[in-house]
Amino acid sequence: MSLIVREGEFLCLVGPSGCGKTTLLRLVAGLIKPTSGEIFLDGRKIEGPDRDRGFVFQEYALFPWLTVKKNIEFGLEISSIERTKREAIAQKYIDLVELRGFEDRFPKELSGGMKQRVGIARAFANDPKLLLMDEPFGSLDAQTRNLMQGELLRIWEKEHKTVLFVTHSVDEAVYLADRVVVLSARPAKVKEVVKVGLARPRVRTSPEANRIRDMILKSLGAEIERAMK
Amino acid sequence: MAGFKIEKTLGVGVFLLVWEITARSKLLFHLGIIQMEKLAFPPTLSSVGEAFYLDLLNGTMVLSIGYSMIHLLIGLTGAVLLGIPLGILIGWSKRAECIIDPVVQILRPIPPLAWIPIAIIMLGLTHQAAGSIIFIGAFFPIVVNSYSGVRGTDLRLVEVAKTFGAKDMQILTRVVLPYATPMVTAGIRISLGVGWMCVVAAEMFGVSKYGLGWMVPYYSSIFMYNYVFAYMLTLGLIGYMMDTLFRRFESWKLRWRETI
Repeated sequence: MSLIVREGEFLCLVGPSGCGKTTLLRLVAGLIKPTSGEIFLDGRKIEGPDRDRGFVFQEYALFPWLTVKKNIEFGLEISSIERTKREAIAQKYIDLVELRGFEDRFPKELSGGMKQRVGIARAFANDPKLLLMDEPFGSLDAQTRNLMQGELLRIWEKEHKTVLFVTHSVDEAVYLADRVVVLSARPAKVKEVVKVGLARPRVRTSPEANRIRDMILKSLGAEIERAMK
Repeated sequence: MAGFKIEKTLGVGVFLLVWEITARSKLLFHLGIIQMEKLAFPPTLSSVGEAFYLDLLNGTMVLSIGYSMIHLLIGLTGAVLLGIPLGILIGWSKRAECIIDPVVQILRPIPPLAWIPIAIIMLGLTHQAAGSIIFIGAFFPIVVNSYSGVRGTDLRLVEVAKTFGAKDMQILTRVVLPYATPMVTAGIRISLGVGWMCVVAAEMFGVSKYGLGWMVPYYSSIFMYNYVFAYMLTLGLIGYMMDTLFRRFESWKLRWRETI
């Protein structure tokens, strides 16, 4: 499989269950090594995990012993950024994800949506070149999910990081992405790349959005059936 | 357990009542369990209270508590300072585990008290000798728990740290160690209990001629059972208080934890 991601674009990956979307993301993150082939970021080969590729997990994976503020500062502490600067950056992102007032709470005191906001703030605060997101809203209820999508776009539009976003939901992909990559059933190949040229903020039910969604669903549907066999 | 006040007082009350009756009526003598008529066993509650009061007044009680605490402190400090790093080391490094763990596993089942003759030979009848017995007792729970804490680290959190560019040392200090803290703390609490029991035993054998554990066989040898019971009670109370205090500290330190 071969794929090129452009700088500053929001790319969504959709595909049937088990096709390897998460595996692909983890390969880019450097958490697993490819058995064949190579991945490059800005011309340099990826050998392992590093801070230029941030990751947001579906299960939040916050450090339970750290407060919201400390969680967000985590990456900055690793990079030895000095305290006043660290706190300023963290506060900026706390405000951005609208968690002001919760700085000193522990993850156990937060709702799912709030935890994921911390996870996103934590990843963004570290200023990676590439942001990898593995179904970050998968554990949330439908309402919170829609809200979070809007919030994510709001944050993203401030800095326009390159984002690789894996999701099961075609609705989500159409709402968020510049381009949607449809992956085939296992072993995953790039079946189709659909350009979503709509201006943001998008209307989920606009005729163009519907058209694009139907197109992707059809393409995806065929793969899901193949995966079932 | 809130409430049930009647039941709680009833249980303790009946126990104390039976005790007092048995003591005053010299029941055990009449039953043939005790041979000497003049022997005050079990001692009446008032005589125990009197013993407690008297030794408190003349300072013996406080002195004994002090010495026992010193022995505990010596042993516990050593166990914590040595045991935690060791446990973490064999948890973190497979190589270290293979080298060190077999020795640990061989020594661990040996009861601390069995080390008393060795402690006496090497350290004499000193406070250090008493402390060393406590050390043996407290050491292994701490090592085992620290090891488990490290091994049990949630790998996902390690991955998170890696995506932030953390390297090995940073992963150890910023993820593994904090994650292992609940286990390590539990290990220390267990060691506190085991250590306290070793204090008594070590002092009973006369490793050091002071302390609460020494008082029990001493007074027993001169048949003053009211004092024996008074010191046993003290031992229990102090052990209980230390455990309670430690649990409070533990709750505060680990307040971030989601528990059942």
